[in-house]
Amino acid sequence: MDMETDQIYQIDVGNLLAFNPNHRFSSAPSSREELVKECVTEGTKLVQAIADTLFNLPSTETNDGPLVQLPPPTTKLPREKHLPRPKPPTKWEEFALKKGIQKRKKDKIVYDETTDKFKRRHGYDRVNDDNDIPIIEAKASDEPGEDPFAMRLDDKKKRVGKQEKNRLENLKTAAKAGALPSHVQLAVTGLPISGTKTQPKKIGKEALGDVAGLAATSTASGGKFDKKLPGEKPPKKQGKHHKYLPIVPRYGWVDEEKEQTNKVLGKLLSKHSHEILNVGKAINMYNDKKEKKKSGRSDKSKAKKDITKKKPYANKAN
Amino acid sequence: MMEIRTPKTHKAKRVLEKRAPKLVENGKKTLILHGTKTSATVSSVLMELYRLKKGGAIKYSRRNENIRPFESGGETSLEFFSLKTDCSIFVYGSHSKKRPDNLVLGRMYDHHVYDLIEVGIENFKSLLSFSYDKKIAPHEGSKPFICFTGEGFENVQELKQLKEVLTDLFRGEVVENLNLTGLDRAYICTAVSPTKVFLTHCAIKLKKSGTIVPRIELVEVGPSMDLVIRRNRLPNEGLRKEAMKLSKDKPKKKVKNVDQDDVLGKLGRVYIPEQEVGKIPLPDKSKGVKRERREGKVKKNKEEGSASKKLKESE
Repeated sequence: MDMETDQIYQIDVGNLLAFNPNHRFSSAPSSREELVKECVTEGTKLVQAIADTLFNLPSTETNDGPLVQLPPPTTKLPREKHLPRPKPPTKWEEFALKKGIQKRKKDKIVYDETTDKFKRRHGYDRVNDDNDIPIIEAKASDEPGEDPFAMRLDDKKKRVGKQEKNRLENLKTAAKAGALPSHVQLAVTGLPISGTKTQPKKIGKEALGDVAGLAATSTASGGKFDKKLPGEKPPKKQGKHHKYLPIVPRYGWVDEEKEQTNKVLGKLLSKHSHEILNVGKAINMYNDKKEKKKSGRSDKSKAKKDITKKKPYANKAN
Repeated sequence: MMEIRTPKTHKAKRVLEKRAPKLVENGKKTLILHGTKTSATVSSVLMELYRLKKGGAIKYSRRNENIRPFESGGETSLEFFSLKTDCSIFVYGSHSKKRPDNLVLGRMYDHHVYDLIEVGIENFKSLLSFSYDKKIAPHEGSKPFICFTGEGFENVQELKQLKEVLTDLFRGEVVENLNLTGLDRAYICTAVSPTKVFLTHCAIKLKKSGTIVPRIELVEVGPSMDLVIRRNRLPNEGLRKEAMKLSKDKPKKKVKNVDQDDVLGKLGRVYIPEQEVGKIPLPDKSKGVKRERREGKVKKNKEEGSASKKLKESE
């Protein structure tokens, strides 16, 4: 058996790969069969070399046969996808880090004082269930005619809505950093794609309410005397919503109107009033108003002013 | 207006998590498709390649006229398919007068084309034309040996790239534990010249040898063909560096049943199955089985063989 120049093969056991960099073909591979035969013999030598290392690895016996632990592959191959990027901390996580708040593990079973039993924290028959409260005591700030139970439900809805909004914001920042969790997708809704037929958008409850409101107020009486369908809510008030406080305060109650005006006066006359009132801006607004009034009174048939002519300097500060 | 969409079924969630970028990745899946026109050789090559890689390959049967891997706009369809099927290697076969029996092997990084290499097929011999003993036929999905011979694979850039692509294509999953009885196939690639590679697929016969290591014999079973290098496209440096990045941290492995206590140090938990006292196997104390008796018998036989009654009497 004649030795070739360098019998060292490059073997990567992890991939069951062997490479012989030193084989040179005898000048003219005579025929196809000869070539094939030579290739197969060379291949056999390489496979034998890998098998030598493989069968000498420590093996464990199992029902199917000897199991061998392969070393990690040594040939570097490119990855299929990028490395997972670290998730940016959420708003709460940043706050907790700043304040030093530790996460505390919550128990599944909690002691309920009202019934002296241990109940579960979430799920059927839970502690502090909102639906179970029989009586809500009235506070001094409650107005008669308000439904505290409905208010509790409303509060809960608002809290849930706020939480959803925060969750969306957190996911958006994660998506910007390329670290969106794999099972979440952010979909843009309601955006028409140019050039394609936009699907008829599903109209939500609020939008329908708005449209109904518009239709109602377009009647002569502003929709006040329209026959309402069962379950239809009164139309939402358009325009600014003023809360008019009672001029004559109720007996024993705080005079809210007085409080309101006192508050404003106090701010204006306080030591720091110059910080609240932007004097320059106020002066400009006053002057603009005055000029508008002047131009409004003048004749419409008057010729347009010649801008290039300089106006005599008027004393702006008053 | 943005909306959060999460999967509604566990199965969908598992599929999405499987396809997400991970520290330790799954095996690359192969997408096999053909172009506007294919010759008989190309279609059989694609079919046999699909059979060889049954577990990790997807074959499309329709013609794809708008895929031109080497042109800048012609890759969008490929990238879309790669995204839909989660395949990172593709094999695109086509046939034209200028490039007869053409095969484009390409890889994707993040579902965008990473590198391409175009080879022509010559002297193709199909699976079916080889006759061999059916007992040694390789099983589907077994991990193959891959062998490269020839200095070309080290010196010529195109062949180096081809070597890398073929390794990626044939390798399958990276496994930690391997069953030695399941080794039954090998791919042999020989660089016949700086532009030609001879590729063949063989089954492995393990023969008894004196040592633990069996003697290997290869029998050609599978398709064999000559690959002639045509065009290629290397990945640009930045992309290559990013794709080859190794992360320093190992995947977190939860160690179960071990706790750390401040006072007692490291604590372990041992689970003992319930002992059914009535069913414990008791030692066999029957007279004939006792060790003294057995040993005595053996001694007796020995002495009978050698000597005389005198020794016996003297006991």
